[in-house]
Amino acid sequence: MVATSGAGQAGATELAWIVALLPFLAFFLIVGFGKKLPGKGAELGIIAVGAGWLMSVAILWHFVTGGGPTESTIRWFEVGNFELELGQAVDGLTAVMLVVVTSVSLCVQIYSLGYMHGDSRFTWFYSMLSLFTAAMLNVVIAGNLFQLLIGWEVMGFCSYALIGHWWEEKVNSDSAIKAFITTRTGDIPFLFGIFALVVATGFATSNIGEISEMAERGDISTFWLTTAALLLFGGAIGKSAQFPLHVWLPDAMAGPTPVSALIHAATMVAAGVYMVGRMFAVFVHADPFALTFVSAIAGTTMLIAALLAMVQDDIKRVLAYSTVSQLAYMVAGLSLGEAGYTAGLFHLFTHAFFKALLFLGSGSVIHAVHSNNMSEMGGLRRHMPVTFWTFVIGSAALAGIPPLAGFWSKDEIITLAFKDGHYIVWFMAMATAVITAFYMTRAVLLTFFGEYRGHGHPHESPATITGPLVALAVAAAGVGFVGAPQLGAPFADWVHFGEEAHAEPFSYGFAAISIVGALLGLAAGYRLYARWRERDPLRALGPAYVLLENKYFLDDIYLRGIVRPIQYRVSAWANGFNEVVLDGVVHSFAYLARGLSILVDFLDRRAVDGAVNGVAQVTGESGGLLRYIQSGNVQRYAAFLFIGVAVLTFVFTRF
Amino acid sequence: MIRIPFVLLFSAALFSTGVYGVLARRNAVLVLMSIELMLNAVNVNLVAFAQGMQDVVGQVFALFVIAVAAAEVGIGLAIVILIYRNRETINVDEVNLLKW
Repeated sequence: MVATSGAGQAGATELAWIVALLPFLAFFLIVGFGKKLPGKGAELGIIAVGAGWLMSVAILWHFVTGGGPTESTIRWFEVGNFELELGQAVDGLTAVMLVVVTSVSLCVQIYSLGYMHGDSRFTWFYSMLSLFTAAMLNVVIAGNLFQLLIGWEVMGFCSYALIGHWWEEKVNSDSAIKAFITTRTGDIPFLFGIFALVVATGFATSNIGEISEMAERGDISTFWLTTAALLLFGGAIGKSAQFPLHVWLPDAMAGPTPVSALIHAATMVAAGVYMVGRMFAVFVHADPFALTFVSAIAGTTMLIAALLAMVQDDIKRVLAYSTVSQLAYMVAGLSLGEAGYTAGLFHLFTHAFFKALLFLGSGSVIHAVHSNNMSEMGGLRRHMPVTFWTFVIGSAALAGIPPLAGFWSKDEIITLAFKDGHYIVWFMAMATAVITAFYMTRAVLLTFFGEYRGHGHPHESPATITGPLVALAVAAAGVGFVGAPQLGAPFADWVHFGEEAHAEPFSYGFAAISIVGALLGLAAGYRLYARWRERDPLRALGPAYVLLENKYFLDDIYLRGIVRPIQYRVSAWANGFNEVVLDGVVHSFAYLARGLSILVDFLDRRAVDGAVNGVAQVTGESGGLLRYIQSGNVQRYAAFLFIGVAVLTFVFTRF
Repeated sequence: MIRIPFVLLFSAALFSTGVYGVLARRNAVLVLMSIELMLNAVNVNLVAFAQGMQDVVGQVFALFVIAVAAAEVGIGLAIVILIYRNRETINVDEVNLLKW
């Protein structure tokens, strides 16, 4: 049974599910046959996601040319009156995300050819990348909440596997566990949020479109909507690394750099923001308190994460905190209500490209100098020109320098925040913008300028690494224009909430303020870091620096306050459970098995053997009787023959 | 013209003599001769019925039986000679190889 709704000719959008299916199949094929292939399975992943990319572009084209959303479902199973569907809901937002996910995944997979070359678990790495991509694509196309949850959880597992890819070092496996458990903490409210919505619809549906319609019509009470919105946002806090569950994301840097790029740009963290965008009707029609809560979290997160990014020495950690901060930007955009919907998702779109670029660029640097620390880099612009220029483009895009991608999306959020009267959010966003420009300037200067401070002779990375960098740099420079108001802001036509696209506010005054802010940060960064100093100039901040260096002691608080007490109690309890219950169960099964064997032994000897031997004996004895007939005497045989004939004759004549 | 029932009685006596010979005589040559008696009893029957029903098919069959009997006796005597050469006897109850 396939139900399709939608206006006009649907075309490629009907086949969006294939985009998600391809990497999923690739996962199985790589696991099954990857090692036997000449490319060790990498080619399967790249072909699958490449084909998915082409299809995604075709799907996006459908919306660019003014097509309407489509939805198709098949029935999955039924519990009582509750019917669960498996299906796809494709609208402009889905199409944009499909393109983002597949293009970043494609770049990451090509990049990994060079970066992971010679890795002992190369094939496994590619299978996980494929599964990760498939899970994210499933989240993107999911038409109902339970399907979305499946992709959501599979991603959690894949991030665990990939962050801990080099598990031989304990730090890496610890980070993987931390990422998994921290995001799981957010998943619990998310799951309850889904339940709350299903209950609120009277167990009628879990379809996102139908729930949104009910929320708009007011069929769901405000109380339920508010509860569900807060719980769902709990999931976003975990997955999209918002305060106070942002701690896993910087540690996720322990994974290979392509994984960081994939997690931070296209999948995982984007899933949280995307989910809020998907369920936006629930947030908008809930009590205003829900969105206020969201913006409070977002405002806090963007500022504290940006401050942390200032003091990191590990280049990937700078980018990690930057991601946390930029995700908070997106969430803040969404928290502005209907008007901010497009702005927040636009930032998600542009951020994916330039953050992927920055991560892959940092990977290229790390590949060359064999260190994550910026104190051991420096002067690399002469050794690695391609990496340098692409990294600069990415940094400028992140810092919000026009006309690169980040400028358009950030400016939109900042302007909206002020115009809608959210002055606190506006202030936080402006401050974050300044700090962002500052720390990116710092990162570029420490990495690429001055004298080389590391070991060995760094050299430019191979083409499989620089190729994706250039492609992403072009995207990071260009994608912002689809949201440029001067060009009619086509992005708002593809992705909008409510009846018609909101005209995007743009004023040259606000743009000027943003640019001045970015330049201010840039200048401050240049002033402090133009010359390499052994001692970080920010140490002059004194106690504040110590606070930042220790990440506000949040990790310690979590460790001492939550993890340790629970850990010991849980392990003691688990031990007791193991000894009493599990052992008890095992032992009783053993006794049961022993009793059964005795019974079976008896049956075997008496009944089964008896039957077999009995048959043999009967056969033998009857054979012994019959052998007397077969004497070998021909005349006796002839006598039997005549007797037989006589008997037959008698029988045939009488009857 | 002899009536058919007399002929049938004669051939039945002849056939029974043959059966007795086959079952009771020890000498293989006599056994073969007894088989000939049985065959000829059948031949008598065939010819008698052919005559009685004015149908020549019975006589044709009798000729066939004579031809087959000649071949049978030829092979049978050859077997008897071979048995004699091998075992120095032609008593059938002493040649009891036809068993397991």
